[in-house]
Amino acid sequence: MSDTRSAAVIIIGGGLHGSSTALHLARAGVSALVIEKNYVGRHASGVNAGGVRTLARHVAEIPLALASRELWYRIEELVDDDCGFEQHGQIRVAENEADVAALEERLRLMQSLGYTHETWMDADELRALIPRIAPTVLGGVAAREDAAADPYRTTLAFRRKAASLGARFLEGVRVHELRREAGQWAVSTSDGVYTAPIVVNCAGAWADRIAAQWDEPVPLQPISPMMLVTLRMDHFLDPVVIGTGRPLSFKQRANGTVLIGGGRRAWLDRDAESTELDFRELGAGARTVCDLFPHMKEAVVNRGWAGIEAAMPDEIPVIGASLKREGAFHAFGFSAHGFELGPIVGQIMSELVMQGSTAFPIAPFNIGRFSRT
Amino acid sequence: MRVTQCELLIVGAGPAGLSAAAVAAALGVDTLLLDEQQAPGGQIYRAITTTPVTDKRILGEDYWHGASLLEPFKASGARHEPGATVWSISRMTAPDPEEGFEVGYSVGGEARLLHARHILLATGAQERPFPIPGWTLPGVVTAGAAQILLKSAGLVPGERTVLAGCGPLLYLIAWQYLNAGVKIDRILETTPPGRLQKALPHVFDFLRSPYFGKGMKLVREVKAAIPIVKGVKGLKALGQDKLESVQYTVDGRTEMMAADQLMLHQGVVPNVNLSRAAGVEHDWNPAMDCWQPKVDAWGATSLPGIGIAGDGAGIAGARAAEYRGLLAALNAACVLGHIDAARRDQDARPYWKALERAVRGRAFFDALYKAPDEYRRPTGDTIVCRCEEVTADQVRQTVALGCSGPNQMKAFLRCGMGPCQGRFCGLTVSELIAEERGVPVPEIGYYRLRFPTKPLTLGELASLPQTEDSRQAVIRMKKRGGA
Repeated sequence: MSDTRSAAVIIIGGGLHGSSTALHLARAGVSALVIEKNYVGRHASGVNAGGVRTLARHVAEIPLALASRELWYRIEELVDDDCGFEQHGQIRVAENEADVAALEERLRLMQSLGYTHETWMDADELRALIPRIAPTVLGGVAAREDAAADPYRTTLAFRRKAASLGARFLEGVRVHELRREAGQWAVSTSDGVYTAPIVVNCAGAWADRIAAQWDEPVPLQPISPMMLVTLRMDHFLDPVVIGTGRPLSFKQRANGTVLIGGGRRAWLDRDAESTELDFRELGAGARTVCDLFPHMKEAVVNRGWAGIEAAMPDEIPVIGASLKREGAFHAFGFSAHGFELGPIVGQIMSELVMQGSTAFPIAPFNIGRFSRT
Repeated sequence: MRVTQCELLIVGAGPAGLSAAAVAAALGVDTLLLDEQQAPGGQIYRAITTTPVTDKRILGEDYWHGASLLEPFKASGARHEPGATVWSISRMTAPDPEEGFEVGYSVGGEARLLHARHILLATGAQERPFPIPGWTLPGVVTAGAAQILLKSAGLVPGERTVLAGCGPLLYLIAWQYLNAGVKIDRILETTPPGRLQKALPHVFDFLRSPYFGKGMKLVREVKAAIPIVKGVKGLKALGQDKLESVQYTVDGRTEMMAADQLMLHQGVVPNVNLSRAAGVEHDWNPAMDCWQPKVDAWGATSLPGIGIAGDGAGIAGARAAEYRGLLAALNAACVLGHIDAARRDQDARPYWKALERAVRGRAFFDALYKAPDEYRRPTGDTIVCRCEEVTADQVRQTVALGCSGPNQMKAFLRCGMGPCQGRFCGLTVSELIAEERGVPVPEIGYYRLRFPTKPLTLGELASLPQTEDSRQAVIRMKKRGGA
C-alpha cells in the first residue's frame, strides 16, 4: 500500500470542525487526511448564519464558546484570512413581559455561575443602538463582544491553511466501512481503502452512521435550518439580533443584504442530500421580522436556502473519545450552533488525539450520555 | 388568503402554454394558466392582443400567427391569471403531499398559494448572456429587450444603432425595424469564418424547411438595406456613463464607430430557473452550449407530476413549442385520468408529424450560429455577473483558490447571488470554471437554485397562511423526512 493511502489521522467530514481539527493537528506537525463526500463546506458549515455567538449558549458550552471567541479575535493569525469577521455584538431582544422574565432569569443564572459576558440592555440603549427596532421592544440581553463571520469563507480558510501545513483533503469520496486491524483503522471508501491509527468522526448530519459502526448508536436528528437573504438595503443595523420567545436570527451584512434565520426547519431527505424550503414556516419567520422591524415589510427577499446538519436531543454536541473503540473520536451534533465553536473544537480534538486529554470541560459532551438511559 | 385549486397548472402563456391549456381544458382537465405578463403571447407573441404596431407587415406573418392560438384557448374554458409570478413549487411541505404541489405566486404584490396535481412549465427561453467589455453601460441592450419594446410599445431605438452578434433573431429584428422605418447603422456579425462548412451536413434539411424560403427573403432584404460586417472579433462597448462608441476587430484591423445604442444577441437558451429549483434533472447540450431539462418525448421530466413544454425543454422555436405544448397537455390529461393512453397516442399522431416539420432545418441554424468561444468565455476585467459586478478574471483567479464549482464561487464572489439569480451569469461562470480547470462543463455543473426563484417582499411572505393543520402536516413530514 502506497503512502498516499495512509495517514496519522483520518478525519471523516470536511465541514468546519473537520477542517479545524485538521488545521490544529497540522500546526502540531501531525498530518491528517480529511475525507469529504461532497466538497469542503458543502452543507451547514458553508451556509449557516455565521454567528460568532456566546450569547444564550447552553451552560455546558459557555467555557468552550468563550475560549473559541478568543481564537476568533485572532482568526487572521490562525488561518491567514479575516474570514469576513465583524464585531458588533449580539442582542437577544424581549418582545413582551414573558421574554423579560426569561431573560432576567438567564442573567441570574449567568451571575450565579460567575459569567459576565451577557448583560442587560435597556430599551433606551437598544433604541439608540438600533433606531429602526419596533418601539414595543422592552430591551434585551447583549453579548457586546460577540460577532459574525462569513461561514463558507471561514471553512475554506481553515481548509486552505491546514492544507498549506500538510493536511490532505479528499473531496467527492464517501466513507463506507471502518475496520480495526492490528492497531490500524482500515477505512473503505468510494475511492478504495485508506488507513490510519486514528479516526475522528466529524461527519455532521451523517455522523450517527459512523458512531453506529463503533457500537455507539446515538439519537441524532438530521435537521435543515432555513435562511433567507434580502436584496441590499440602506445600512440600519450593526449587531446581530436574536429572538427570545420566537426563533429569529437577524443581521445586516456589510454589503447591505439582510440575513434572516433562526432555526425554522426545511423538509429534508438526508440520503438524497436535498431539502425543500417550507414557505409557510418562512412566512411565520417573516412575521417575527416585520413585528421587530416594521420597515422590513418592504424588504425584498432574494434567496432562501437550508444547510443540513445534526441535532442532538439535548441540543449540545458530542465531543470526545469513543467509549467503545481504540483510536476513535467524535465531534458532531452541534445542533444548529456549531459555527462559533469551530476554532476551539479543532484545538480540543487535536489535544485529545495527541495527548489523550484536554483541559477543557468536555464531560457534558460525552457520547456515553445517550447509553445511560 | 385564498388557496386556489386546479388539476393542471401551466406556467407561461407563450405558444407552448397557450396551446397546452387549450387542449387540456377542452379534454375536461381543470386547467389554470399563470403568466407574468398582463396579456397572453409569451415573448415571441408578446402583446399580440395589445400591440400598437398594427401594420401587419412590420412584425411579419410569423408574429401574427400567434393570434390564432388565442381563440381555441379562450374557447377551452381554461382559467387565465395574468400578471402572476410563480416563485415556489413545493411538494414535501405541502399540506397534503400525496395530492400534488403547493405553488407560491404573487399577483400585484400579494402572495397567494395554490394546489395543483400536475404542473406544466412553459417558461420558454431567455437570451444567452453576451459578456463583452462595456455590456453594462446604459445604451447597451439585448436585442430581445429591444424587440419587446417594439412589440409592446412601438418604441424604436436612438439615433445611431448597431446590432451585433449572431443567430436568426439578429436578422429578424433588423428586418422588423426596417419595416418600421427605423435605420440600423450597421450589423456586426460575430459568426466566425468556417461555420458554414460545419453547418453544411444539415443543409439538406434546412433547404426542405419552411425557414429556407422565408429566411432567405428576409436576409436578402436586410442585406440590401444595412451594411453588414462579418467575422467581428474583440467587440467592445465604450463610453463614460453611457454608450458612446462600439469598437471591434475585423481581419486584424480595429475599427471604431460612434453609437447611441448597441443591441446584442447571440441566441437563446432554455430558461431553467424554475425547473432547476423544482429539482428536475438537467443535461448539458454540447451542440448548443447550454443546459436543458431531461425530458421524454411528452415533455415529462425526472420528477413525477412536472412536465416541461416549449423552448424551456430545449430550444426548437415557436412553432415547435406549440406542438410540444399540445403533446405535453395530452400526456397530462392521460396522467390525470381524463383520457387513456390509446386516446392520447391517437390524438398525438398529427402533432408528432407537425413537430417533425417544425424542427426540420434547425440543426443547420444551431451549427451555423453557435455562439463563438470568445463571447461565451470572456477574459480580463469584463464583467460576468452584472448584479454583483464580478469580473471574468476574478472568477478565473478564484478557481485557483480552491473554488471548484459554481456554488463555491457563489459563496466566495457572490456571483449569481443578485436579483437576476444567475440568469445573466450562470452559463458564463460554469464555462469559465470548466475552462480554468480543463474539464468538461457537465462535470462543473450549475448554480444550485432555490425558491423563491423570483424576489418577493418580506411583507408578502408574512401574509402566507399557517393553519394548525398545515403545521401538523409539516411536522409529520419532517419526522418522516428526517428518519
